[in-house]
Amino acid sequence: MMHGKFIKLFPLPLLLMLLFLGISTALQAAEPGVSNVADRIAPVGRIQLAGEPPLEAESEVAAAEEAVEPMAAPRPMRSNYPDIGVSSRAIVWVLAQLHLFFGALVLAVPLFVLIIELVGLFTGDERYDDMAHEFMKISLTGFSITAIFGGSLTLALFLLYPDFMAYMMHVFGAQLLVYAGLFFFETFFLYTYYYGWNAFRYGNKKWVHLSLGLMLNASGLTIMVLANSWATFMMAPSGVNEVGAVVGNIWEVMKGPLWNPINLHRFIANIAFGGAVVGAYAAFKFLSTNDPEKRAHYDWMGYTSNFIAILAFLPLPFAGYWLMAEIYAYSQQMGITAMGGILAWLFILQAVLIGTILLAGNFYLWAGMSRTDGSERYKWLVKFIALVLVVTFLIWITPHTLMLSASEISLLGGTHHSILGPLGIMPAKNIAVNLMLIVTFLSFQLYRRSDKVATVSWAPAGNALMVAIYVVAIANIIFLGVYYGYFTNTVYKVGSSVAQVVSTLVVIISGIIIDTLMFKNAKILPSHWGRIPDRAQYALFALPIAFTWLMGLMGYVRSSVKTHWHVYTVMKDNSPDNFIPAIAYAGNMITLVTVLFLLCLLFMFWVANLSETRQVKPVTAGKGA
Amino acid sequence: MKILFKTLGFSLGLTLVFSLLTYLLPQMKGEAPVDVKVDLGSLTMDDFVALGEDLFKNKGTCTLCHKPPPLGRAPDIQGEDMVALSAERLADERYQGEAKDAAGYILESMLDPNKYVVATWGKKGSNDSESPMPVVDKAPIELSSMEMDAITAWLQAKDGNEVTVALPTAEEAAEVAAAPAGESAATSAPAATADEAMAKYACLTCHAMDSNDTLVGPGLVDVGERLTADEIRQSILDPNAVMVEGFPPAMPADFGTKMTVNELQMIVDFLAEKKG
Repeated sequence: MMHGKFIKLFPLPLLLMLLFLGISTALQAAEPGVSNVADRIAPVGRIQLAGEPPLEAESEVAAAEEAVEPMAAPRPMRSNYPDIGVSSRAIVWVLAQLHLFFGALVLAVPLFVLIIELVGLFTGDERYDDMAHEFMKISLTGFSITAIFGGSLTLALFLLYPDFMAYMMHVFGAQLLVYAGLFFFETFFLYTYYYGWNAFRYGNKKWVHLSLGLMLNASGLTIMVLANSWATFMMAPSGVNEVGAVVGNIWEVMKGPLWNPINLHRFIANIAFGGAVVGAYAAFKFLSTNDPEKRAHYDWMGYTSNFIAILAFLPLPFAGYWLMAEIYAYSQQMGITAMGGILAWLFILQAVLIGTILLAGNFYLWAGMSRTDGSERYKWLVKFIALVLVVTFLIWITPHTLMLSASEISLLGGTHHSILGPLGIMPAKNIAVNLMLIVTFLSFQLYRRSDKVATVSWAPAGNALMVAIYVVAIANIIFLGVYYGYFTNTVYKVGSSVAQVVSTLVVIISGIIIDTLMFKNAKILPSHWGRIPDRAQYALFALPIAFTWLMGLMGYVRSSVKTHWHVYTVMKDNSPDNFIPAIAYAGNMITLVTVLFLLCLLFMFWVANLSETRQVKPVTAGKGA
Repeated sequence: MKILFKTLGFSLGLTLVFSLLTYLLPQMKGEAPVDVKVDLGSLTMDDFVALGEDLFKNKGTCTLCHKPPPLGRAPDIQGEDMVALSAERLADERYQGEAKDAAGYILESMLDPNKYVVATWGKKGSNDSESPMPVVDKAPIELSSMEMDAITAWLQAKDGNEVTVALPTAEEAAEVAAAPAGESAATSAPAATADEAMAKYACLTCHAMDSNDTLVGPGLVDVGERLTADEIRQSILDPNAVMVEGFPPAMPADFGTKMTVNELQMIVDFLAEKKG
């Protein structure tokens, strides 16, 4: 008996002992006193010529001083950049953007999958659990694709920008190994989470499964914030002196002024992006089948994806606002380069893209109202929401400055048109954006109310309060924008935009609170999943395309504000591509990466469906005859 | 398959629309600043003023903030007479600088913008005690003293005022030539020898090493006899602490922040050995 127990337990201490031996050996070189390269190769001894006096040894003190001398950022000349015949920047651009697209996707999906799984657990509705599992299934290949593009990007950077990469390696040091190590954790939790889905489905095992999901997200988010610190270091370096020599520890290097704003912005944007991408999958599956049951399932999946995408999208402008405010606080020059300098024109494109997202999201919600008969109560409002959206969209895309010839300027009576001039500046756009967000939330709120009838006694008062909040908020946004935007100086103009944002947030938060309380124990009207026009599904394709293009565009801005610097103010970019390219060139690059991303997505979805397909065994002719 | 083509066609079509929109916008490239060679032999004051205007609008990136209202995020100095305003500001009790005239005020405002912050243009929450303006001789702008003089000359000349800034001297030109900048930049990695270090910091522009001849500063052929190593170190780090009689305070006082410890030590050791 004892013998059998010993046999069972024996491997564990043996394993621990072997691991301890191995790890302690691996860490030996990192012990104090043997960190110096010269010490590690010392056993070779000193070489001297026979018959000659010993060569004078280099002063050990001088060598030690040399070792601690902080390394300034290199200043490579143009000839130090390898030339492989095509633009190095273009290669890195494509690989970095594809890596980011897939990285964003595979970080976001497990996040909302975990939330959906929790919803399934608390509601007891297994459809949530199945949908969450399906979301994971379709994004599984994405992890490998992310790694492939990440590896390719790293190799391309080392090949094409060796001095820059040497400097970054020097600055971030062992943090990079931590980053690499986290992939082991993420991979472990990914596979156990996905493949253990049905093995840990009920009871306490479900909590084990949820914990695996939590750890998967923790690893993924840590990976993201570590990688973000490289990008923000390049924009606003910290922990280094003015020549780029490291003077702080790794934490001081990482926690630059833009790190947390970027972390938050990417975190929220990833969720919106991930929701939009899986929504397109659901839309495609919906359109591809005539089976009412499957159409109902994919309609519901598409709705949930759109819900995730738009809900995450609504606070995104505020995170973006914080990021820009921090950029201005760090360097007004950098802020104006982005918003008022050479890059300012692409914010017109940003407006078009965000307008597309909001119009598509709203259209999908309006079309989705046909799922329930209760929506008839609210449909009359749709045309007014559409009108506000279109008008505010047009204001948002109005340029302030027009490229005019001399004769056009004289015809116009000045460089600015009497209408376009005032509508082209930020106060008008701030009003437009906030109103667009408010009416989008209204669409969302009406949709959510469509299948419910409130039973609480204070429902009329609740509705009146909600209407009052909308009216006051809209009036406040317009007043603040007009009065402080046009009749006071710039300082008040910027300050008033914060109050506008607060007004919008008040509508969203109070709307959620009032509806949650008012529709508690509400009478639920029947919903007919699958009863939605096919054309509504195209809104679910417009969303990820616009999101992808928008991410590409904003990546171009984020990188370009560094102008001719690899690392702003400490390491100059002397490569042939050290200029900000014109917008059409950037547009072509963004379109290229969007199309490549689309093709990779098709592959990802195809592989996900391949696992469900089983070839029918061919019947051999004549068998059994 | 039909659905695949329809949805793919829709997605690609939308991508194409976004792409085409970029062609409707003005196509502007943001070129990196390039070095401009100034021929001192033929430089006139008009050329110098024109150079100042170009620097103001391009390399200096001044026009990013200094725009006419309501667009500007800094005073509209293109539209204001800076010479007339300087007199008012120097007399203002909030002024904390040491300038005595308009040229000095303009130069000081570029090098230390906090000395006088124009009312309402200070950093948010600083009660106009802190300016959001970057110091222009530091990265990312990195104007040389000659370039700042050129901008000062333009700001004086544009409103018909007398230009009181002198044309650049040969020494200033040498300083510009020695400064690592742009494509022609030598590496700023720490120098390996005393000779490299002295070349990097342009010591030889002002000091003769092989004689006691005076260039701008005293000759250093026997400096090791006159000064101890510590005194030499002090002369480099704080050149104004002990002045050699008859020499102006022309030596830069910022070597302490620019030199690495090794570079300073190499130069001190080298000079301490120079005993005639």
